[in-house]
Amino acid sequence: MNARDRRKFFAGVAFTSPWIVGLAVFTLYPVLASLFYSFCDYSILKSPVWIGLENYQQLFRDELFWKSLRNTLFYAALSVPLGTVVALSLAFLLHRQVRARGVFRTIFYLPSIVPMVASAMLWLWIFNGQYGLLNAALRPLLAPFGVTPPAWLADPTWAKPALIIMSLWGTGNAMVIYLAGLQNVPRELYEAAEIDGATGWRRFWHITLPMISPVIYFNVIMGLISALQIFTQAFIMSEAANGNGGGSDGNPGRSTLFYSIYLFSTAFYDLRMGYASAMAYVLFVVIALLTWLASRLARDHVNYQS
Amino acid sequence: MPTARTAFAPALSFPSWTGGRLLLAGLSGLAGLAGPAAAGGPDDGKVHVTYWEKWVSFEGQAMQTVIAEFNRSQDRIVVDYLPTSQIDRKMIVATAGGDPPDLVGLWAYNLASFADAEALRPLDDFIRADGLTPEQWLARYYPVYARMIQHSGRIYAGISTPATIAFYWNKTLFREAGLDPDRPPRTLAELNDYARRLTKHDPATGAITQMGFLPQDPGWWPWIFCLWFGGELFDGRQITLATNPKNLEAMRWIEGFTRDNGADAVKVFTSGAFGAWASAQAPFMSGKIAMVFQGVWYDNYIKQYKPGLDYGVGPWPEAAAGVKDFCLAEADVLAIPRGAHHAREAWEFIKYVNSNNPRARTREELRGGELLCSLQQKLSPLREWSPYFEQHNPHPNIAVFRQLAASPNARATPDIGVWQEYYREFIAAFERVRLLEATPEEALGFAHRRMTESWERYRRSLERHGQVPPAAPGHTP
Repeated sequence: MNARDRRKFFAGVAFTSPWIVGLAVFTLYPVLASLFYSFCDYSILKSPVWIGLENYQQLFRDELFWKSLRNTLFYAALSVPLGTVVALSLAFLLHRQVRARGVFRTIFYLPSIVPMVASAMLWLWIFNGQYGLLNAALRPLLAPFGVTPPAWLADPTWAKPALIIMSLWGTGNAMVIYLAGLQNVPRELYEAAEIDGATGWRRFWHITLPMISPVIYFNVIMGLISALQIFTQAFIMSEAANGNGGGSDGNPGRSTLFYSIYLFSTAFYDLRMGYASAMAYVLFVVIALLTWLASRLARDHVNYQS
Repeated sequence: MPTARTAFAPALSFPSWTGGRLLLAGLSGLAGLAGPAAAGGPDDGKVHVTYWEKWVSFEGQAMQTVIAEFNRSQDRIVVDYLPTSQIDRKMIVATAGGDPPDLVGLWAYNLASFADAEALRPLDDFIRADGLTPEQWLARYYPVYARMIQHSGRIYAGISTPATIAFYWNKTLFREAGLDPDRPPRTLAELNDYARRLTKHDPATGAITQMGFLPQDPGWWPWIFCLWFGGELFDGRQITLATNPKNLEAMRWIEGFTRDNGADAVKVFTSGAFGAWASAQAPFMSGKIAMVFQGVWYDNYIKQYKPGLDYGVGPWPEAAAGVKDFCLAEADVLAIPRGAHHAREAWEFIKYVNSNNPRARTREELRGGELLCSLQQKLSPLREWSPYFEQHNPHPNIAVFRQLAASPNARATPDIGVWQEYYREFIAAFERVRLLEATPEEALGFAHRRMTESWERYRRSLERHGQVPPAAPGHTP
């Protein structure tokens, strides 16, 4: 490396240093420190004491760890595919040449920029068992069958499905990405297929879907990671809908006790930072495993044009 | 407090402190850029005490009035008030970062776990330095408040405002049900009977439209029902949740409300009426529920959200034979975080708030805690009340709350460092029982097993850090 290259190198490092320092201080250090703390008895204010694998051993014997993991996987297993179908369907509709297309795109995207706390408060009223909008619509539909709509957030059976329904409200981001993917599909492929006599469904199955498969793959992976970390909406809604104070525990009856909520309570209410760090690393492994599994499953189905 | 015995302090807490200081240094630099005001307090030659408190609105204004009085009362200390949300968690993080406030407004139930976490500075030395013994200091309070500011034999806080929980009933609904509006239930049997008579259904759909009583409203302290029935959650050494038969009896009573009214009907009723206690939709204010246990603060909220509501306030009905004036007592407390820069000056303010002018005969003569409690319309935690505070208290039912505070049967949150976890575990058991998802035996058994393991683990952790595990509650006058 000559003097000019060295100067260029240091200039480059100097320009990127805010990012490097930020990464080191706010990401790398906490990540490594929490890995160490996961092997310690640590409560923030007292010095950590090394206890080896005790936190991890306790974790696998902890019923709440398994319950919160089951709740989270259930949520992810339903919200991710449903969210994909809804976002993709919306993108298809808004890709068509319809009047006021821009207005519709804006309307469907708007919920994504509503703050989570505001939309949680809104959905609390929508899911209100007696006066909620949803049950007002469902009541006449279910009445002929002698069925009454559920109490949603006040019912342990329906609280998780309620949060899954609510998650569909924020599919605007994914929809925009699908829309961009759809716009990138070369028109000549459709024209060739039309000449060959392909119908709408075959065109979708054999052209559109393979061509946007990298976009679907990206959205599914991001959706999965985000679903496995669900926190804010469950934290606010389970607390507010059931009136309990002093620390959310996934009310009613821990039916919405998701992994991140349990982790948060353990860390910041119980001050068991070591145990919470171990939980965070297990979640990291779960997310990594599921992402790897999704990648393996998708390997033969994702079509990169290159 | 003893220091860590087997800790990694020198080697492994170094990066944490270095990182924290680096971060603080960076943020201080940014603050410096913002202008001179952001760099520190005014250079007036006085000691500025940084005080974080959870209160906003009228409660915050009341405290700021008291602070102004304190600041005027001497010329050495200035208390700077900073309203802070989620104050308990922020205080812990600030203390860990080495930059805590000088004074913090917590809840009494925080004290045991924060003291065990070495987050708070004990006040005993300050009290002795002022020429009092801790016992003399504590003897000024009603016993229940004296107990709740101690942990492991030390005093960790002063009280800013106390509360007791009383029995509220809706007189209009009593009249409609043919009950005497001036005679609340006096026993548990009467409460159950009144609850049935005050419950109404829609004749067309059968849905519940009004309930006499529901244990989950407001749902903040269902564990107190165990103590009300004569049970115990913790005996100073062991968790007694499933081993005390009175706890089981209380849970069966809770279960009865769902069984008698139908699980689905109660779910729909609660989903429609619950959630916003400080609003006109709160079930008691909207007339959905006729009887409720609520705190001394509730009258303020009724005035604000449901002016004109015809209601009464009285002592708890008797659940355990011979136990009169049972109640739950709570308190907002003032504590000094470990590492506070102006601890001595913060203590001066705590002392001011935990004193009064016992001869006050006019509003202007009220001092310290009585001024604060008068402005917030609460009772004083001190046994001795000034003539003005007693006779001109703005709270219409203050006599009831004072009677309950003075009661030997007033109970507070158990003095146990794992209370937050215990509370969540109890709420989960309560929810399972009230939703009929588990029998009281199953729910209490599960919670008992988890809490026993948790308590053993907690004690092990204290031992690891060279602390003596607490075996019994502290000294009580």
